[in-house]
Amino acid sequence: MIASGWTLRRTGSLVERNARIYRRSLSPVLASLLEPVLYLVSIGFGVGRLVGKVPGIDVRYAAFVAPAILATTAMNAAFNQMTFVVFTRMKTDRTYDAIVPTPLSIADIALGEVVSAVLSSLLPSVGFVLVMLALGLVVSPGILLTIPAALLVGYAFGGAGLAVTTYLRDFSDFQLIQLVMLPMFLFATTFYPLSVYPGWARPVVEILPLYQSIQLLREPALGIFHWNIAVAVLYLAAVGSFGLALATRRLSRQLLA
Amino acid sequence: MSGRLLVEARGLTKTYRARKGVPPFRAVDGIDFELGRGEVFGFLGPNGAGKSSTMRMLGAISPVSTGTLRVLGMDPAHEGPEIRSRIGVVPQDDCLDRELTVRENLFVYGRYFGLAKNVIRDRIVGLLAFAQLEEKADAQVETLSGGMRRRLTIARSLINEPEILLLDEPTTGLDPQARHVLWDRLYRLKRDGVTLIITTHYMDEAEQLCDRLAVMDAGRIVAEGSPRELIDAHVTREVLELRFQPDVHAEVAERLRAAELGERIEVLPDRVVVYADDGEVALVAVHEMSLSPITALVRRATLEDVFLKLTGRSLVD
Ligand SMILES: Nc1ncnc2c1ncn2[C@@H]1O[C@H](COP(=O)(O)OP(=O)(O)OP(=O)(O)O)[C@@H](O)[C@H]1O
Ligand SMILES: [Mg+2]
Repeated sequence: MIASGWTLRRTGSLVERNARIYRRSLSPVLASLLEPVLYLVSIGFGVGRLVGKVPGIDVRYAAFVAPAILATTAMNAAFNQMTFVVFTRMKTDRTYDAIVPTPLSIADIALGEVVSAVLSSLLPSVGFVLVMLALGLVVSPGILLTIPAALLVGYAFGGAGLAVTTYLRDFSDFQLIQLVMLPMFLFATTFYPLSVYPGWARPVVEILPLYQSIQLLREPALGIFHWNIAVAVLYLAAVGSFGLALATRRLSRQLLA
Repeated sequence: MSGRLLVEARGLTKTYRARKGVPPFRAVDGIDFELGRGEVFGFLGPNGAGKSSTMRMLGAISPVSTGTLRVLGMDPAHEGPEIRSRIGVVPQDDCLDRELTVRENLFVYGRYFGLAKNVIRDRIVGLLAFAQLEEKADAQVETLSGGMRRRLTIARSLINEPEILLLDEPTTGLDPQARHVLWDRLYRLKRDGVTLIITTHYMDEAEQLCDRLAVMDAGRIVAEGSPRELIDAHVTREVLELRFQPDVHAEVAERLRAAELGERIEVLPDRVVVYADDGEVALVAVHEMSLSPITALVRRATLEDVFLKLTGRSLVD
């Protein structure tokens, strides 16, 4: 196969190219920050007024919801980059057709895109933590761990998103993606704890990558430190790496026909 | 033995895998050719001849199906990145970064080759001048004309100072003036000793730019040589083109053949073509047969005629 491994320098050159494009405008960052803030205000504070406190957790409802929304923010920022943006680059802009004649390998391209996605999810994540701080929802110094955790969430969904993109046929397939992403957002314990579900349903929820992402962010943010975070770390690292490997394989066949 | 050859292909084939409902397809069907330093080599062929498929194999982009290929003495299957770092590619479609400026396009591309930032900045100055895009340096690619984009794509392919430049249909889709500007730039590269491989389906382009040509049809090389050699070997020096009412073309051709006029007669949808070393003499003979064509034209034979002779089809359309 012509696709060989990746090197830091070659991968970095694609990250540099993407950074050049992202930095041209701040509006995507603001846009990806708007939606989570709206959820936080309407559900965290609005619904939270009716809910009071989550049983067993000694913080206000908005503080319980906020880390989960932070996880979805990192998820969406990376995932949308790796699906919508990459698909446009493949089909409309033909960006990669200009790159495959250069020394970059497909592994460089795939990794470069995922790293760009992870880095570009950093800004909305930090922005959201600042919003939390401003609204008085930061309850533990553990919040500092949520930033590296959000990067890992970005990696998991960036890798997975890139793999998904290699299966898309046209822009209407994005509706199918929403059919998966929206229920996951609603049911992955974003707005209530796992204990709400009957015993049989819990493993189904626990297997969702967003559930693991929420676990990874929520517990440290609330000052809870438990060994099961390691499970989430390994799980998300595996999802991202598997997605990246699958995407590299499939992109090789598609771009180097 | 083949140390001085930059490219050497033996029995090269490209078969695209079967996809849903589409059987496997052999786009390049066992071609041989070689290329020496400083040469300008052309692939001349109609749509679907396999020109781009060949170029993508040469560029170590698309894997070779069977046969052997050496580029700069290396095997593309194992040394792809190394080969790609030493060649330049102008793809059939520009694929420029439309979100970036002219200068940024060159800069970003240079980074793919691992060049230091100051090296790229120095080279950009020369490349902008070469591509006559100095005034557009900080313009968005979106705002460039087709000819400017093509020149930018060529400039981009030169950022790594390549030893071989692969140009896939460099002037297709450009207006005549933009084509001439581009040809002028390519002459300059040729003069500077850059080794070029060009694909085209324009015979005038092939004739003017290429030292040596491979005429391609349906994945095969049907003839090879310098433009002059190809014309001498396959067609007469001159050509007489006759136009009658289209419905009598076949009948006229029969009469001309019976009279043993010229070396060969071809019937095209809109004209009858007589291959003769002296076109004027043939025309006199036509008039003596009391045939009166609507128009008659004597011209020198071109590669277009070579192609027609070899494949029975015309090059364009
Ligand atoms: N990725 C692919 N998968 C399957 N078939 C392909 C693929 N790319 C090209 N082909 C087929 O291979 C044949 C040769 O295509 P190629 O692009 O090499 O021709 P070309 O000489 O460059 O033509 P053109 O002048 O139109 O650019 C065509 O029939 C084309 O449909
Ligand atoms: Mg082509």
